[in-house]
Amino acid sequence: MMSLFRDGASSKQASRAAIVLIALVLIALPFALAQAGTAWVRITNLAILFALLSLGLNIVVGFAGLLDLGYIAFYGVGAYCYALLASPHFGLHLPFWVILPIGAAVACLFGVLLGAPTLKLRGDYLAIVTLGFGEIIRIFLNNLSQPLNITNGPQGVTLIDPFRVGSFNFSKPEQWFGLAVSGPIKYYYLLLVVLVLVMIVNVRLQDSRIGRAWVAIREDETAAQAMGINTRNVKLLAFAMGASFGGIAGGMFAAMQGFVSPESFVLVESIMVLAMVVLGGMGNIWGVVLGAILLSFVPELLRYTVEPFQKAVFGKTLIEPEVIRMLLFGLALVLMMLYRPAGLWPSRTRRRELARAKRAR
Amino acid sequence: MALLEVKGLEVGYGGISAVRGIDLAVEEGELVALIGANGAGKTTTLKALAGMVPPSRGSVHYDGQSITRLPSYQLIRKGIALVPEGRGVFTRLTVEENLAMGAYIRDDRAGIRADLERIFGLFPRLKERRAQVAGTLSGGEQQMLAIGRAMMSRPRLLLLDEPSMGLAPLMVQKIFEVIDAISKDGVTILLVEQNAKLALQAAARGYVMESGEIVLADAADVLLASTQVRQAYLGE
Repeated sequence: MMSLFRDGASSKQASRAAIVLIALVLIALPFALAQAGTAWVRITNLAILFALLSLGLNIVVGFAGLLDLGYIAFYGVGAYCYALLASPHFGLHLPFWVILPIGAAVACLFGVLLGAPTLKLRGDYLAIVTLGFGEIIRIFLNNLSQPLNITNGPQGVTLIDPFRVGSFNFSKPEQWFGLAVSGPIKYYYLLLVVLVLVMIVNVRLQDSRIGRAWVAIREDETAAQAMGINTRNVKLLAFAMGASFGGIAGGMFAAMQGFVSPESFVLVESIMVLAMVVLGGMGNIWGVVLGAILLSFVPELLRYTVEPFQKAVFGKTLIEPEVIRMLLFGLALVLMMLYRPAGLWPSRTRRRELARAKRAR
Repeated sequence: MALLEVKGLEVGYGGISAVRGIDLAVEEGELVALIGANGAGKTTTLKALAGMVPPSRGSVHYDGQSITRLPSYQLIRKGIALVPEGRGVFTRLTVEENLAMGAYIRDDRAGIRADLERIFGLFPRLKERRAQVAGTLSGGEQQMLAIGRAMMSRPRLLLLDEPSMGLAPLMVQKIFEVIDAISKDGVTILLVEQNAKLALQAAARGYVMESGEIVLADAADVLLASTQVRQAYLGE
């Protein structure tokens, strides 16, 4: 997976220098973005959140080959866990380092709940069940306001606590060394740290015995069984791990927004995350992160360019930016699947498969 | 006591019984053939022995222990390896990655290395193609890979399901030479085959299966000579 660093002719020193350079750019990035407007920092934060989600879904879809169309449900579960345990809704205000693990654990439980009954399903059938599961969770969130008000229904939960460590508040703007550091910038650094941690966990998982078992199951489940892999447990583990990462991302989302409602966890979001995984390169950690960042940014860029462009050329807005955005987005996906079906940055095995298909033609 | 002892084994799929109470035994170091027509229940029998489908009745003893309802991931740790029907190689992984997957249950790196070389010695063709994706191998090479992969778990009992299926005669010959070599190495083998002649020539003993039951059991050369077998399976 680290093939970029391993195979390259670059020496260890060069790759170390590259890492330092990338780190510096990432550290300076939010201040540069803040020049263009805090909105861009928020967009970046959302992009990182989606990268976390994509990494989680990549475990299920990319590593283990289990098509999951309801993944956003785990994000929702994590978000609501945080919202309910750190807001005036129940009057609970637990610190985030307590809630995030709870959110991950609850999401993990839901992952197993989804995984257990679907163990024997594959491909399309699994996709349909997971799709239904995602909808069930959303509908529950929407309706669990009566007779006992748990989720506050479609209104959602408001006034959610931001992350706090002692007197350090993540949502309060501050001055550091004469630099204006807004709330989103603080969250940016936190998200970046979490992203790096999650990526390290993913790389380690991929190279582990479990990672190999996932590959075997993805390639041929019967043969995997014959290799001595406990396919039941290993599949459940994929669901559980993927769900936990979704739960953590959800908790961070709730804290950053200060508000959650069922609307954030609709089917389109599941499909969006899946598109990030597929477009970036299923099974490749770097590709998946790239896919998430591209698909988060490009639509925003379009949002800011489509309208001024039309105004300048036609003098008025002919087509709503939202419409064009989805149109271009769809077109991009179609073109991608035609010309780079293994994704922008494919995993090793997928690249091989692609090369073989070409040769066969 | 035999290494593998099966008594009254019954296996069904949703009400239809594919195996109807069979008895069979394989001694340590023996090569035993299980022959029969398509749909006789041979593959189901092997799957049940490998823990891939649960038997509905009967008992299976291995090395004196009951293994009747143990799942495959426990059986392979006891030394029972299955080469599935249709080979089932991981087509998108390389030859070497496939073989490494065969050693999934082991963690003795040095031993795995040594066994890898041993397999390459057994199948020089696989060594030449070690970095090649398994899906690009010929059918015979894939069968070699499937057998080699099963050998990577260091089995005591090897269950082979139709190793000759869909292969050119010359390749079938080669596969059987290897099976013979593995057997001479001391690995106990239960061989399921439609190619009755080849299987009985390689084996010491044989069982003939028909509609889920064992209808004949004898020394391989006796079966080869019997009119019943000759008429039904050797096309004479």
